[in-house]
This record gives sequence, C-alpha cells and structure tokens, in this order.
Amino acid sequence: MTYLNKADLKVVGTRPIRPDGVDKVTGRAVFGADQALPGMLVGKLLRSTHAHAKIVSIDTSKALALKGVKAVVTSADFPDIPSEEAFVGEGPMNFRDLSRNVMARGKVLYHGHAVAAVAATTSEIADAALALIDVKYEVLPFVIDVEEAMKPGAPVLHNDLFTQGTTPQPTEPSNVAKRVQFALGDVDAAFKTADVIVEGRYTTEPVHQAYIEPHACVVSVGADGQAIIYSSSQGHFMVRAYCAKLLGMELSNIRAMPSEIGGGFGGKTLVYLEPVAMALSKQTGRPVKMVMTREDVFRATGPTSGGVIEVKLGAKKDGTIVAAEAILKFQAGAFPGSPVQPGCMTCFAMYDLKDVRIIGYDVVSNRPKVAAYRAPGAPISTFGTESAMDELALKLGMDPIELRLKNAAKDGTKAAYGPTLQNIGYIPTLQAAKAHPHYSAPLGKNQGRGVASGFWFNIGGESSGSVHVNEDGSVSIVTGSPDIGGSRASMAMMCAEVLGIPMEKVRPVVGDTATIGFTHLTGGSRVTFATGMAVTQAAEKVRDELKVRAAKIWDIPPEAVEWKDGMAVPAGANAGGFDPLSLADIAIKAAKTGGPIISEVSVNAQGAGPGFATHICDVEVDPETGFTTVLRYTAIQDVGRAIHPSYVEGQIQGGAAQGIGWALNEEYIYNAKGELDNPGFLDYRVPVASDMPMIEAVMIEVPNPRHPFGAKGVGEVPIVPPLAAVANAVRSATGLRMADLPISPPKLRAAFDAR
Amino acid sequence: MSKIHVTTTINGEPAEFLTEPQMSLLDILRDEMHLTGSKEGCGSGDCGACSVIMDGRVVCSCLVLGVEAEGKDITTIEGIANGEDLHPVQRKFLEHAALQCGFCTPGLIVATKALLDRNPDPTETEARYWLAGNLCRCTGYDKIIRAVMDAAAEMRGA
Ligand code: FES
Ligand code: FES
Repeated sequence: MTYLNKADLKVVGTRPIRPDGVDKVTGRAVFGADQALPGMLVGKLLRSTHAHAKIVSIDTSKALALKGVKAVVTSADFPDIPSEEAFVGEGPMNFRDLSRNVMARGKVLYHGHAVAAVAATTSEIADAALALIDVKYEVLPFVIDVEEAMKPGAPVLHNDLFTQGTTPQPTEPSNVAKRVQFALGDVDAAFKTADVIVEGRYTTEPVHQAYIEPHACVVSVGADGQAIIYSSSQGHFMVRAYCAKLLGMELSNIRAMPSEIGGGFGGKTLVYLEPVAMALSKQTGRPVKMVMTREDVFRATGPTSGGVIEVKLGAKKDGTIVAAEAILKFQAGAFPGSPVQPGCMTCFAMYDLKDVRIIGYDVVSNRPKVAAYRAPGAPISTFGTESAMDELALKLGMDPIELRLKNAAKDGTKAAYGPTLQNIGYIPTLQAAKAHPHYSAPLGKNQGRGVASGFWFNIGGESSGSVHVNEDGSVSIVTGSPDIGGSRASMAMMCAEVLGIPMEKVRPVVGDTATIGFTHLTGGSRVTFATGMAVTQAAEKVRDELKVRAAKIWDIPPEAVEWKDGMAVPAGANAGGFDPLSLADIAIKAAKTGGPIISEVSVNAQGAGPGFATHICDVEVDPETGFTTVLRYTAIQDVGRAIHPSYVEGQIQGGAAQGIGWALNEEYIYNAKGELDNPGFLDYRVPVASDMPMIEAVMIEVPNPRHPFGAKGVGEVPIVPPLAAVANAVRSATGLRMADLPISPPKLRAAFDAR
Repeated sequence: MSKIHVTTTINGEPAEFLTEPQMSLLDILRDEMHLTGSKEGCGSGDCGACSVIMDGRVVCSCLVLGVEAEGKDITTIEGIANGEDLHPVQRKFLEHAALQCGFCTPGLIVATKALLDRNPDPTETEARYWLAGNLCRCTGYDKIIRAVMDAAAEMRGA
C-alpha cells in the first residue's frame, strides 16, 4: 500500500522531537567509547613507521614479559585469508585485503599500518608494551601520488596485482588494479560534429570523513567461544560478518551490539579494531576495549580517494552537448577498491547524452586504504565534469543553468551506466535554482557566484523491521539500522502514520544481530527507503491483525472492520453498532483473542529513486591573502518525500558543508618520507562554525512510487555539487579557473601571482 | 606511581578522586567518575567534544589535568538539565534538530550555556566565533546556530 497523497498525512512531513533526542542532549547516550565491561583490558596497536617495508621479524618477548601485559598478537594470530571478493560493506571488499589492512602480513603498505597489538591492564602499560615490541623492517621504495604510481617502474605494492579490465590482461604486476569503462554511442565521431569543445584536467586530494567520534569497541569472548561485540559502526551485521570471516568463526557465535555512532559518512562501513580486540579477548579470556586516537583515525582509516579527472565536452552553438568524455584516475590507497566505478557512473548522469565515454582507473599507492565517503566517487568526478560545464557555458556565452536545462536528464533518459531514469526530479531543481532570489541577488566587489549539479543512485537492499503492540497499546519498533542521523524518528513516524496514532506512542530501538533479522548497513542513503519499507509493511500487518482482533471481540467478520484514526470501527451500518476500539482496548484483550500482536518483516528493497541536486554558492575572495569566504549557499534537492523535513534539511546542510570543506581546506599532506604530515584537527582543518554561512536547504518533492511514502535517499547527493559550485564561484569572482582542490589561500595567491 | 587526592565540585556536588599526575580531567570524568557524557574527539584541544565549565569558563577537559580540578567548580553535560527539566539550550537543540549523530552535542551545549551565561544577547557572528572550537561534522552548523540564537532569545524573555 502507498501513502503518496501528502494531504492525507498526519505524521509524515511534520517535525517532531526525535525519540533518542533527550539522551543525546543530556549525555546519557552510549557511544562506542562509553561502553565498559567488568575486568576489561586495554588494547592498543603498534603501527608501521614506514610507508612501505618488508616485515623481517617481530619480537614480542620483551613486551609479553612486562607485568600487566596479558597478550600480544600479530598477523600470525589471524588466519591467512585467501583472496575472496564479497559485498558486505558499502562496496566490494576482498576479505584477504581487509584482513591484511587490519593487521599487516609480511609487508607494511603505509605509514600507520597496524603490525601488532597488545592487551594490558592499563593504558600506560599497554603503551610501554608497544615500545618493547621489536619490529625489523627492510625498507622499500614507496609511491604516494596516483599518476606516479601508474608509471612503469613505480614501486609495486602487490606482486600479484595484474590490471583487470584490459585485454589482454598484462603479465606484469602493477599498481593499476582495474580499468573500467562506460559508454554510449560513438564519442569520437560525435566530437567532430561539435561547434565548441572544452577540455580540462582537474585534481582533488584525499579527504577524510572526519567523523568526530574515533573508532571504538569492546569485545568479550567467552571460554565457549561465544563473542559479544559492542562497537560504533554503520552496520553491526557488517561487523559480525567481517569478524567472523577474519577470525574463522561462525556467525551465530558472534553477537554484535550497536552503540550510538558519532558520525560515519561511509568511513565506518568496514572494521579496523573489532577483529583485533576479538583476537586479544580470545587469548586473554577477558573483555578488551580498543579506542583509536585522532591521529590513528587520520593515519589508518578512511579517507576517500584523491583523483585526476580529465574532461572533454563538445557542444553545438545552441548549447546542445553532442559528446562528452572523461578519464578518471583514483587513488585506492594500499589495497584495490577506490570508488572509481561509481565516480564514472555518476559524473554525467545529470545529462541526456547520446555519445559519451567514461574510463576509470583504480590505482594503489602507499596510503591508507580508502573507505566510502558520502556518495563515494561522485564528488571527485563531478568536480571535473561540473567545472567543465561552467567552462562550456562561458565559452558559449550561456547562463550555466540554461546550459544544464538544455541538456538535463529527464524521465526516459538512458544513463551511460545503463538504466533508463524514471521519476527523477533534476529539472525541477534547476528551475527552482533559476527562480530562487539567491540566483539574481546583486554581487559586490571580489564576489562571485557558481552553480553546479550532482547525481547519486541511492540504494535499497536487505532490511528488517519489527513492530510490537505492547499490552497497554503503546508500540515498540526494532530495526537493524544504526541511527546515524535521526532515522529512529523517521521509522517511528512512518509506523505511527500507518497505525493512525501519535508518534510519541511509538518507541523505536536499534536491535542487535540476535534480536532482529539481517539488515544491510546504514549507507548508500538506504535506511529511510529500505528499512522504512520493512517497518511500514510490518505496521500494516499489525494493523490488519488489529482489525482481526477487533472482529473477534465484536464477533463479526474481519472484512466488516475498518481502521480509522488509530481505532477499529465497524465498516458500515450493516457491520453492527459497536463503539470504536482503540489500540489499547484491543491490546489489553490480546491474550483472549490470539496472543501477542507483533509482526516482523524483512525486505530486499528495490527501486530506490536516484537523487539530484543543484547548488548555488556565493563567495568573496581576498586577493591579498587568497582567502575565500562562502557568503551565501543554497542547496536544492529532489528528496522524493521528506519524512522528517528537519532531518532531511540537516542532511543537505551537512553534506554541503563537507563539500565546502573539501573545496576550500581539506587535504592529506604527505612529506618526503611518505608520512602524513597533518593527522589532527589543527592541521587537517574541517569547516568550523565561523567559516560557514547559513545553508538554505530547498526540498523539491518528486515522490518515488516504489516507496510507500515516496521517499528517496537524501544523505549523499548533497556532497556532490559543492566542489564545483565553490570553484565556479571562485572563477566568477576572480576569472581564475582553480582546477586543483583544495582552493587554499596559498594556492589561490599563487594563481593570482601567475596571472 | 602514587596517586594524588583531589577534592572538587562536579555538577554541584562534592566529589573526590585519586589521580595519577598525568591524567586529564576528561579521563577522570569518563573513567573514574563514570560521567561519559563528555566526549573525546581528539584529545588535543581541537574539537571541543570534551567541553566542560570550570569556575565559569568553558575549557577543553582533555587539556586540563585531573589535579587542576582541586577546589574548582565543574559543570559537565550531565549537570546542565535540572532533573527532568531540560535547560533551554538543550530544548532548543532538540526543537531545531541541531544534532544528527549527537557526538558533538554535549560539548556544544556546554559551550553554548557558557556563552549565554556571559553574553545573553550574542550576534550570529559572535555565536559562530564562540563555538568555532566545537567541531560538528554532521550539521553544517546551520541548525546549531539557529538553536543557539533561539535559546538566547527565550532566556532573555524576548
Ligand atoms: S577531545 Fe578535547 S578538544 Fe577534542
Ligand atoms: S551532530 Fe554529529 S558531529 Fe555534530
């Protein structure tokens, strides 16, 4: 059943206080590092001091001899996992690579790579023990830059890595893990018909998700091999699956408990600490707690790729794009798996193109293995294509929104990555941008305005949700989706809407791996869509059952009962003259009418509607310092249906802010020794309150008919347009095309000087 | 290593603890006093998640030593509400949806309370600069600033 008519909705679309809100404003919410168990030990990791080296030997004897040290583990304490591709997290993952990322085996591949771990009675003893572990390295040449890593003769990270996706497959190993290609039509011929061609080369630096909560877990393994994991992650079923694989355990012997999660943005879709804490707990028979420092987070987790994006666009004089081409080279970090494929698939998806070709390369180098980051790949590739669109508009003398409108994807457009798009709302975002007062507001000296658009697929997938009617008529919901930004609220709202009761009557919780059916992790903007679908269907089944119970109480057929405003009522005069029965009335009699009223539904949700966004950015540039200030920002997005509009706006604002940081400040800076030079918030500067203007979030609602309430994923697409929107604004203010991010003050100063 | 005895006041109540000289106030609060509302995002004074009020000043408790709490009056996130009655800043954070993951929230609420105790009528710019030491990666600050301004207005009776 669907509830697409907005006028009929009483709860969905309102802005109630979130159910977990009070815990989070009073300090009561329990996050990863807040967990403690009796007898707990402290686990800590020893990390590589080289960017690339062979591990000759590890001597742990002195550390083990230290009083208070209970265990030391190295890769020898983990099974040697064979190469096996799986899809557990937010993208494909090779279990062998994951295992070797968690604990280096034979070789360290980046500065900060874990090589050994200790469990001790105190943090100080653990630190002292780490200092006593003697690792002998044979230092190898390293490579950091993506294009350097692709060159023949570059230091090779993996001797068994042969480029996939090229025919014939090379016989020599290299750092190019994969070549991918997506194409429609005949691009080379189409470029010959163009009146105008623009070409550009754009680069972005790796940036970290920079969630404020560092990774943390407590793991306890009993003498019978039963393990319990408390950790902060985007999916406790993912944590369970990875730990089971990496330690050779059965899933049913691991219970993974979700703690509150202090931000993830994709970065908590894989494991780092949990398998290590598990190994330490197994050896000691005691619970082990591990918490990363901020430095660990920067050196050894995330970030997303930096990339090189080469773009070529050809258009007719009237602005019709006749050919488009992009070549993307993405850094994967130490193991294959950059988001170059989604980068390729998204970068032209806003446009209706007949002749288009996108080629991507996944390249390893001596950096931490990348993790998903909000719309993985799309901001990087779209920075290139949307900067090029701006150049094309300039060359044609066309308004940039007009140029986009002329070429915009619409229902029926076949995307280069395969599907034909349906129920999309891209054009409405462009029209809204054009009509928005921001777009025509006057600009002052040194000020400029940029626009850019973006696309993200959004996904569905497996989710479970259960709805329980309690004895007093209140309702409990359990889902398997960690609540990273208010999803408990949207789950409770959809359930309340179906049952016709106030949202406050519904208490949602996030269940652990033993209390609710399998649920894929929180990522891909899937929770409101897929888990929301499971909860909605469970609530509908409960509603049907409530009618059956009312029919029993009245002794009439169930078809003669209707559900209205949270009450069972007779369907008509013929059904009999009974007084309405409330949920509480029915619940109290449940024992006599058939027992508890509950429903659990598991779905593999299909039909997630893609998200489109168009952003407008105003900046002011200080020519003396090269400092760029964002003055005004408007983010327009097709959200399908906003279940809780405030949290939808929050996703849009947060994504835009991260994109602004990516554009202006954030970057991984490496020194000559291959060490990250800025592993802290002082030198890796994320936007702070005084850097930002208000961000106006404009929600367009083009409902997705494949979701009961019309919802589309909203969390990811808002990070896609800002990189180019900011760069296009800087160009408008200065006349300078800043093709290399971040547009930091020294870089912009240098560009002024070079002019 | 011998421990040092510290007598202090936490959230209006007398408190005592034993600390090693190098332990931070944040470690004491979280590990010894079991007040885990104050968070550690960096341990280096750069994120503000550990903000507490010490003798009227907002400080990063990760940069304060446990021994420095001697004789001080400390307010943590756990001491901001009055029993079941939320402080206006807490209420406004909820009403404006000024949190997503909620990890930065304790520090931001503590820092905002300290701001409004000192300056009941801040401009938006003043609020943004006061809170510039409190990182939030989720919200883009928009709703946080709205919540702060609205709480200030309510507390002024405006
Ligand atoms: S933990 Fe104290 S400022 Fe970050
Ligand atoms: S709400 Fe997540 S860091 Fe602020």
